[in-house]
Amino acid sequence: MINIKKIPNNLKFLIITIGLIAVIGLFNSTLSQEIIIELWGLLKQITPVLVFVFFMMFILNIFLKPKFVAKHLSKGSGFKSWMVTIIGGILSMGPIYAWYPLLGELKNKGMSNALITAFIYNKAIKIQLLPMLIYYFGLPFTVILTFYMIIFSVINGLIVEKLNN
Amino acid sequence: MDKKIVIKSFYKTIQNFKQILPIIISILILLSALKILVPTTLYEKIFTSNPVIDSFIGAILGSISAGTPITSYVIGGELLKQGVSIIAITAFLLGWVTVGIIQLPIEASALGKRFAITRNVTSFVSAVIIGILTYFTLTIFT
Repeated sequence: MINIKKIPNNLKFLIITIGLIAVIGLFNSTLSQEIIIELWGLLKQITPVLVFVFFMMFILNIFLKPKFVAKHLSKGSGFKSWMVTIIGGILSMGPIYAWYPLLGELKNKGMSNALITAFIYNKAIKIQLLPMLIYYFGLPFTVILTFYMIIFSVINGLIVEKLNN
Repeated sequence: MDKKIVIKSFYKTIQNFKQILPIIISILILLSALKILVPTTLYEKIFTSNPVIDSFIGAILGSISAGTPITSYVIGGELLKQGVSIIAITAFLLGWVTVGIIQLPIEASALGKRFAITRNVTSFVSAVIIGILTYFTLTIFT
């Protein structure tokens, strides 16, 4: 007999979501098939990103020591840390949830909540998708929105830092 | 390079991934279900003509939605054609890309519950504020 209490929460969550698709499949098999096809597409998209993130985490674990992060990316490290974080966030590829393990690792090594918040916020600025944004909403809108996003990434970072201390 | 450090680092990375991978797959399942089950035309029916209320509705809708940013641009573009205010659309786009209600469990698992909640709340409020600021800045410069 399986003891449910002993199953880790992350596995429970996975079992529930798979169960959800199974229940949908019982009532409408076409719908669940469409969901599985969509899921397969997403998995194909995210797998290379996850491999990259795994590799980055591995490299970080070897070379990046907590002292180094504390010096360059922790609170009070100044303008350079903010710039590195903002540019890093804008240039980072793939969906944000693929980056959470790496950010968690950096947090454990001393990266401040302010910089993590700023990184996540700037990740929403997609350089490769800017032409699409310009096409739909125009150049002035795109420039103004991007400007405010960068400014608010810093403001949000400082607020989250304050609220988590 | 010290072989022991490499092996230890590899093992540590595997352990981290073992924790996070089931949650990533769960999130992908939820995202797939949401994309199939919620029609994009639903968004057009929800907005009012009050810019302030619409900016909140936009931010809420964006926050609970998920998917690639391109989808939000397409929906936002269509909403603009329908006459929805640019304040609401900006809040919608920002809610979509900066707030992640569906991803909240994975964010909390990796970065802590308190961090995940405070970050998402501040991002939500920012979506509304930036929506208003963008509108007024646009009216000044265009």
